[in-house]
Amino acid sequence: MSEDLYPDALLALARDTSHAGRLEAHDASATADNPLCGDRVTIDVTLKGNGIAEVRHHTRGCVLCRAAASILAAKAEGSSRAAIAVAEAAVRAMLEKGDDLHGAWQELIVFNQVAPHKSRHGCVLLPFRAMSEALS
Amino acid sequence: MTAFDVERLRAEFPILGRSFDGIPLHYLDNAATSQTPLAVLDAVRRHETENRANVLRGIHRLAEAATAAYENARQTVARYLNARSPAEIIFCSGTTAAINLVARTLGERFVAGEEVAVSHLEHHSNILPWQLLRDRRGVAVTVIDVTPDGRIDVAHLERILTKRTRLVAITHVSNVTGAVTDMAAVVVAARRVGALVLVDGAQRAPHGPIDVQALDVDFYAFSGHKVYGPNGIGVLWGRRALLDAMPPFLGGGEMIKTVTFERSTYADVPHRFEAGTPPIAQAVGLGAALDWVIKLDSAMVESHLTGLTERILVGLQDVDRGRNIIRVIGPTGLQARMPVVSFSVAGAHPHDICQLLDRYGCALRGGHHCAQPLMDRFDVAGTTRASLAPYNNREDVDAFIAGLDKALKKLL
Repeated sequence: MSEDLYPDALLALARDTSHAGRLEAHDASATADNPLCGDRVTIDVTLKGNGIAEVRHHTRGCVLCRAAASILAAKAEGSSRAAIAVAEAAVRAMLEKGDDLHGAWQELIVFNQVAPHKSRHGCVLLPFRAMSEALS
Repeated sequence: MTAFDVERLRAEFPILGRSFDGIPLHYLDNAATSQTPLAVLDAVRRHETENRANVLRGIHRLAEAATAAYENARQTVARYLNARSPAEIIFCSGTTAAINLVARTLGERFVAGEEVAVSHLEHHSNILPWQLLRDRRGVAVTVIDVTPDGRIDVAHLERILTKRTRLVAITHVSNVTGAVTDMAAVVVAARRVGALVLVDGAQRAPHGPIDVQALDVDFYAFSGHKVYGPNGIGVLWGRRALLDAMPPFLGGGEMIKTVTFERSTYADVPHRFEAGTPPIAQAVGLGAALDWVIKLDSAMVESHLTGLTERILVGLQDVDRGRNIIRVIGPTGLQARMPVVSFSVAGAHPHDICQLLDRYGCALRGGHHCAQPLMDRFDVAGTTRASLAPYNNREDVDAFIAGLDKALKKLL
């Protein structure tokens, strides 16, 4: 059922603007587009050592995309690049193969009902793609 | 006059009887692909089970029958478009292929500094072929603006065309706004500067026969899958003199007169532009689809669809409840429009709306509709689009409006 895609927790994450916006003084930034729908996510980060100090996202997207951007921005702060890569791989595996998240950010479980809707996987992954490009 | 019997019409479309989790299908994505009646399915099946063979070259009876069926389909298309001759009908894979064919043949004769004019309303399939031509030939692509209600801005059109404009490539009906282009104004403006006119008719063709001679245009393209026919078949109509002067596009079998390693000569139109084995069964299906459309009572269908379009527009106002959150992208009236209604909702993404509508059995399209410049023009990322066909009924529209109301309560 489509409505299962939109639990209240996910809708709340989509409305969460605590990490929305831009960082004027950033160390890295990237924008990713979803050609299927025109959604766009820009991620700005400041770095501290091998980790992420601060993250902001500017998201023009659907509920799934905005919620994913909120989780990513909040969890990335204070995380290492490796932890972000693990989280991206875990959410991708959950969507594409139905795998468990294992040790990755458990907040991402909110997207487990997206797995059967292949056309929406890109919505969840778009912020991760922007982050990956920013850190590359 | 008897009332339009939509339920009788629906019985011709087996797919409309589908349900999901016990909820009946309400198919409102006809601008993307329309459904196919039994008359078309039967025609394709009959061809494939009785007359399947390759065309034009074989001399056995099946080949003769297949060739006759293929060429009969061409004659049906010619009648549908009121073309002067079936030779002006080129079968291709769809509207995109048809427009690319013109860009790769006629367009190759354009030179740097000359212009192709398109409009903000165009589908990407009537933008990208000209951008690629620009990149190859240095031709400029100029853009005709739209009015706030999503129509071609005729005053801007008249200003933007110049003596350098070789071609105006323009949609007959917008796949986003549903607005019908004032083709008479386009043709007058184009002729004033000596430009040719190519029409993307993908969204117009499903709504009844077209008279290309009365339109006085030069090329007309449409797709089979939007006119209740099969996928993989489309049509390019062109004026005979223009087609005769155009070089081949694709090379291969069927499009030649003679072949030697030193020099080859090419078939006359239309076969010059139909290299390789064509989509034979699809052409047969297209012919059956157009015959099916021709048999409809066009006045009754128009009245039926206008009523449903009005029901959608009123329904959107009801769902809005004076909040000014729903914005129709396109005409808000019923004049000079087709039954395509696009709208944006402040705070709700089209994909989320469509995902939730799917729960209620409503199949709509959300996104940029392959018209990103138009989305930018109206400063929206995308829209939700309801598009109707004659088999749609009040239940379809009411389920959509009720579903939208519920979806927005969830999302906002």
